[in-house]
Formats: sequence, C-alpha cells, structure tokens
Amino acid sequence: MSFIRKKLDEIRRPFEKGQKWEKFAPAINAFDTFLFVPNHTTHKGAHVRDAVDLKRTMITVVLALMPALVYGIYNTGYQHFIQLGGVFTFMDAFLHGAMKVVPMIIVSYVVGLSIEFAFAVYRGHEVNEGYLVTGLLIPMIMPVDIPLWMVAISVAFAVLIAKEAFGGTGMNILNPALTARAFAFFAYPTYMSGNKVWVSEATTLDGVSGETILGSLAAGQEVSYTTMDMFQGGIPGSIAETSALWIVVGALMLIATGVASWRIMVGGVIGASIMGFLFNLWGANALMQFDWFNHLVVGGFAFGIVFMATDPVSAAQTEKGKWVYGILVGIFCIMIRVFNPAYPEGVMLAILLMNVFAPTIDHYVVEANINRRKKRWAKAQLKTA
Amino acid sequence: MSKGLRIRRGATINLKGKAEKIIQESAPSSTYALLPDDFFALTPKMHLKEGAKVQAGTPVFYSKSNPRIQFVSPVSGTLKAIVRGAKRKILEVIIEANGTDAITHKVGNPQSMKREEIVALLLESGCWPFIRQRPYNVIADPEVTPKAIYISTYATAPLDVDFEFFLKDQLEQFQKGIDVLNQLTSTIYLATDQNYRDGFAKIENVNQIAVSGPHPAGNESIIIHHTNPLAMHEKVWTIRPEDVVNIGLLFETGQYAAQRTIAVAGSPVGKPHYIKTKIGAQIAPLCEMTQVDTQKNLRYINGDVLTGRQTQPQSHIGFYNNLLSIIPEGNQYRMFGWMPFKDSNIPSLSKTSFSWLFNSAKEVDTNLNGEERALVVTGEMEKVFPMDIYPMQLLKACMTGDIEKMEFLGIYEVIPEDFGLIDFANTSKIEAQEIIKNAMYLMLKEVG
Repeated sequence: MSFIRKKLDEIRRPFEKGQKWEKFAPAINAFDTFLFVPNHTTHKGAHVRDAVDLKRTMITVVLALMPALVYGIYNTGYQHFIQLGGVFTFMDAFLHGAMKVVPMIIVSYVVGLSIEFAFAVYRGHEVNEGYLVTGLLIPMIMPVDIPLWMVAISVAFAVLIAKEAFGGTGMNILNPALTARAFAFFAYPTYMSGNKVWVSEATTLDGVSGETILGSLAAGQEVSYTTMDMFQGGIPGSIAETSALWIVVGALMLIATGVASWRIMVGGVIGASIMGFLFNLWGANALMQFDWFNHLVVGGFAFGIVFMATDPVSAAQTEKGKWVYGILVGIFCIMIRVFNPAYPEGVMLAILLMNVFAPTIDHYVVEANINRRKKRWAKAQLKTA
Repeated sequence: MSKGLRIRRGATINLKGKAEKIIQESAPSSTYALLPDDFFALTPKMHLKEGAKVQAGTPVFYSKSNPRIQFVSPVSGTLKAIVRGAKRKILEVIIEANGTDAITHKVGNPQSMKREEIVALLLESGCWPFIRQRPYNVIADPEVTPKAIYISTYATAPLDVDFEFFLKDQLEQFQKGIDVLNQLTSTIYLATDQNYRDGFAKIENVNQIAVSGPHPAGNESIIIHHTNPLAMHEKVWTIRPEDVVNIGLLFETGQYAAQRTIAVAGSPVGKPHYIKTKIGAQIAPLCEMTQVDTQKNLRYINGDVLTGRQTQPQSHIGFYNNLLSIIPEGNQYRMFGWMPFKDSNIPSLSKTSFSWLFNSAKEVDTNLNGEERALVVTGEMEKVFPMDIYPMQLLKACMTGDIEKMEFLGIYEVIPEDFGLIDFANTSKIEAQEIIKNAMYLMLKEVG
C-alpha cells in the first residue's frame, strides 16, 4: 500500500499548487481519490465525520444496478437466439449480449466522463461521482440495436444540456440519464420504437417480430406472455428494463442501504396500481383492460421508479414531497401509457414531467412549515399585545 | 410538575474513552485564561494592562456593545499576557495565578431582592456572561426580560459529561441559583434525564421536563422547540447547570466562584475522568493528570467532538464547556474507502457501512472520510434534526443570505451546535455549523 502511495505522490507532484499542471489537478485527484481516501482532516465544524461519502453512495447504486444489468445482457442474447430458433446455452446468450452492451457502456463512460473532466478542470472543482451512475444508466435504458454514435450524442446532450448547463452535479432539474433517452427518442424515433429495435440484429433477420408488450397492446394485438414471464423478464424491451425480478433485488439493496428513497418507490407503486385499477374498471381498449398488476412488471416502470425516479437531485427533496412525487410518477406513467397513441411507454415522460414539478411540490411542503411558524408568531404576538 | 419529552430522531455516537465517574479536586494550574472567542459576536475591550494585579473577581475586560457586561478574573494573581491575533484581535487574556485574594460582594436573600438589584449584582460579579440569549446564543441583554430560562442537564453529545453525577453534592447551591434566576423571569424550564429521577428531578420552583432520546435531545434548542417555541421578537435565556451552581455560590459566599468541572475524555486518554478546577484552567496539567501523551499527533477540543473548538495543550479551557475531548488526528490515507461496507470500524449513520451493527464504543479520528461535494443526497439531515424545521432548505437560504427566507424557515430557533450531527452525517461533507454561524453574523448585522 505504501509503495502505491509513494508512486502516486510522485505522479501527483507536477499537479500540486504552483506547479506546471496545477490546472489539471481535478483530473489526477479523481484517480487518486479512487484509490485512496485523502488524508484531509476536519478544520471547521464537527471534528469527526461519517465514513460515508458521495463515492460510496454512488458505488452502492452501481452495485444495485448489477443484477438488472447482468440479466439484461443475458436477455439481449436470449431474445436474439430464440428468434433465430435453434439451440443455445446461457453462455452463448450472455456473450452475444455482452458484445452488444459492453461497447455501449464504454462509449457512454468515455464520452460522459471526458465532458465531466473537462468541466471540472475548466471550473476548477473536483470531478463529481454522479456520472458513475448516469453513465451506466444510459446504455441500460436504450434499445439494444441503437448505433453507438447515437449513444455518444445522447450522452453529450444529457451531460452538457441537462447537467452542466444548470451548474453541474446537484443543480440539475432533469434526470440526466432520462434526458439522454428522451433526446434519442425525439431525435431518432425510428431507432427508439417499433417492432424491429428491441431484438438484437432484428433488422437483418427476416420474419423477426420483437414487439414489446406495450407496443403490441397499443397496436391491438394479442399478448402471448404470462405475468410470470413479464416479472421474470424474458421479454423484448430496453436492455435492462425487462426483468422486474432483478430490479426488485436492486431495489432491496438500495432500500437496505438507505441510498434511495423507499417513499418514492412505494409511492410510485401505489400511484400506478390505483391508476391501473381505475383503467381496468373503465376498460375501453386493450391497454385499459391490461391488468393493473401487469402494468407494474411490464415495460420500464419498475426500472424507472427504482433507479430513475429516486435520483435525489431531480426528485422532490422533502420527505412528504417524496410521497406526492412518487405517487404522481406512478399515476402519470400509466396515464401516458394508456392515452399516448404514438408511444406506449409512459415512465420516461412521467418522471421527466415530475422532475419539472418536484420543486413545486417541495415549495408547498416547505410553505406549509412556514405557515405553521407564522401562525405561531401571530399567536405569540396576540399574547404579548 | 413534570412533563415528558421523547425525542426520536437523532443519533447517539458511542465513542471510546468516556470519562469515568471519579472526581479529582483542583488541578495545579499556574495560569488561567479568558478566551473572547467563547462568546459569540463579542468585541472585548480591555479594562487592564499587562502586569496589572488582579483578585478573583476583578473585571478584566468588558463588552464593547454593552460595557455593563464584564468578564472577571477567575483567580487572583497578575495579568501576564494579552495574546493577540490578526488585526489585533484578542485571542487569550492570560492570568498567572498567585494567592487567594477575592472580591466579596454584599449579597442578600434573593427572594427579598428586587430584579434590578439581582441583575446589577450578577453583572458586577462577573456571573452575567453565564446567561446566554436566544436567538443567536449571545450573552444575555440585561435590559431584556426573557420569556423563559432553559437549563438542560441532559447532555447527549458524544463523550459528554454527566451533570447528575458531578453536581450531586451541590444540589443545594443549584436550588439557590434557581431561586436567583426565578427573580429574572416568570418561568424556568429544567430538562433532566428521564432515566435519573433522583437529583435534579427534586429541584423546585421550575418546570421539570424529563427528556429521553438520542443526541441532540439534550440541546436547549430542541427542548425549547418542543416545549415553548421561540417566535419572532421573543427572547429566551439559557444557562448551563454548573453555572447555576456558580450563581448559587455567589449568593452563598459573595464571591465569584468560577467553578468548572472538566471531564477529560477520548480514546487517547489513559485515565479519562473528571477534574474540578476553575474556568480557564490550563490544558496541559489536565492532560498530565489523565495520562495523555501530548507528544502524539492528537486533536484537543474544547467541548464535544461535534461542536467544540480546536485548542492546544498549552492553551486553556473554554468559558462554558465541561468537556475536553481528545482524539487522534486522521491525516493518513485509507485505501478503497469508497467500497461500501469497508472500514465498518468508523462510526457511520449510513447503512452503507456495517457500523450500525456493532454498538460497541468506537475509536474515531479527524479524517474527513471523503471530499466536499455538491449537495446530492436528501433526507439524511432530517434524520438527525428533531425539529419541525427543514434543515437543508434553511441551510440553502443561509448560503444565499436570503434573510426573509431564513427567518421563515426557523433561523431564530437554532444555533450552530444543533447542526453538529448534520456536519457529521452528511454525505457531501458540507460545513453546516459554519454556514449557520455566518448566517447568524449576517442576521445580527442586518436585523439585530
């Protein structure tokens, strides 16, 4: 350990204050602090500090994403091979998926982190760890056959416009990963929806129909999957969104470590269930008749409510606000699914919409607190008067 | 008349080296000092020059904004040095102890004295600075009649002292002090430990509040907030338990007692225990008595590890604190600290560490355990802030200096100490106490 430390100190020297590469210190710091927690001690405020820091928090989220990612990689291959017919093993499917997904992850990290590093150097602050999560989320919510250059452009748009333009980590209004997806969705709609994009290499194979369940429902077709299929996840869809099972495992990790808000998740499930149930009663078309519990396991709802809606920066920040925010995400998600004829997946737009309204929700929660205080002041004044 | 108050949110940080329940009488301190930094927003003006002879109780300096508030020497001797810092700011006024001369004031039965007489006596004797005023935690304004006076004997900070233990033989003086304070206000609230119903719980002429719960349940702000919250333009006073005893002693003997019992605690302390000395005693002899190796790389803190002020062995004990915390410095690197569940020996309120599984006392150092970042994680501040106030929103209002918002969000009800646990717990390593302190300077300047 001390050998590595010495080596690092040597490498760092030209980046120290007053040295040649001083400006690029944030870049070297990012690598250094990845290996070692720095020797900084407290100077102001409390003399002792918690072991937790933003790095640890973000890595916890990355770990929670792993089950869904691994399953997503496998499912990418699985969907490809069952369309081809023939015999294949788990390893075949996994390797095929990895060949597709890993390059997307690399592109996302390289493009996104380059921009983050550039901004850190330009602004003279440290590189924030938020992109570790964002950079992994973006490929996970894309269709598998999207060209890599589109991933790159979406990432650049998200980091520049959704994040850095607002002032960087902690300041953004919209969830950057969803912004990347929304950008790709509106800029390249043919690559983001339809019945050819969800299965790897579907366009080059004849007779392949890889429609998602929501897509089939919107088109008025029969759905051949059972609730168990949808829950387990062997269905077409964006890379890591299909398996509610493994998303729930990730959700449990996030809730157990306290990293993501269980209030938002539970609120979202409640909102979506109520809305789905009401539409079941109405039952005017195939999507309305789709059982409310199926709505919870199909499409991107589970992934969105667990990993995207709970982004603490773009979500509501007060505990009461988180309930309202979660429930509304759930309600709007199902509402958009049912009423939007062009694209039957509602969770992305529902979360982005609520991102915009999150500060408003918080405003009313905080305002209630202020009013309580003002009322008390008025009472106190009456007493003294 | 006793009322219960149970606080749920917060955290008790269990550290190694809590002071054992042994009191050692009088430390052999050769110098004593008054530290103007102990008094928030005070500008001191010297009465005396270096070399002047003083008795115990001789005024040494006074407050520029109110010359009636004076600060007196805790011992008799010579004014040895006035240590100044940048811009000639007075850091320490050091008195070399010599002899036992003391000024004796004429005292009477507090119940038969008028309010003005008591105020005048407290001011003259040097006991007045014991009383602090909310909002802002400044020294009380003698012209004000407060809504109430709060005394908390329930100390919940890490390694904090047990007032029930070390004041158990001075309850009579404590009661006398209460009788004096009762002449200054209509209501006194005395917060006591729910689990200890023998000592302070027997004190009369006060509103008893039996408090339970984790830190910061014992902070006056929390108790005020839950019993009789402060409104705009209202004032309450607070006073620490041992200073109630000091006021009682003044009315018993006519002399400024300056009694201060210090618990020396922390993992590097060989024999952590209580030492009875006087306000402003030198730290080095205390370290010697408790077997602290001052050659080691240690941090000395006047107060508790969350809210105290850093000091040095050659310096002196603060005016208000009963605790001297000593912990190792943490200026070493730690590999792969970002890994969840690694280094679970470091206290953590986050479930990304197994720290919560092990309830045993932990060793702690001053490492920041990360770097400062933008505010990302939400909800963690509320967990350790048991008031009907939104701490993060208040902090943001303070950062932007938006006075109206600060008022509405509750700045009058808090002091920096209440944010000690937020400093500790927040993932982004922001300095909440510093932000609140600066906001209070701004409020004092703009609103007063």
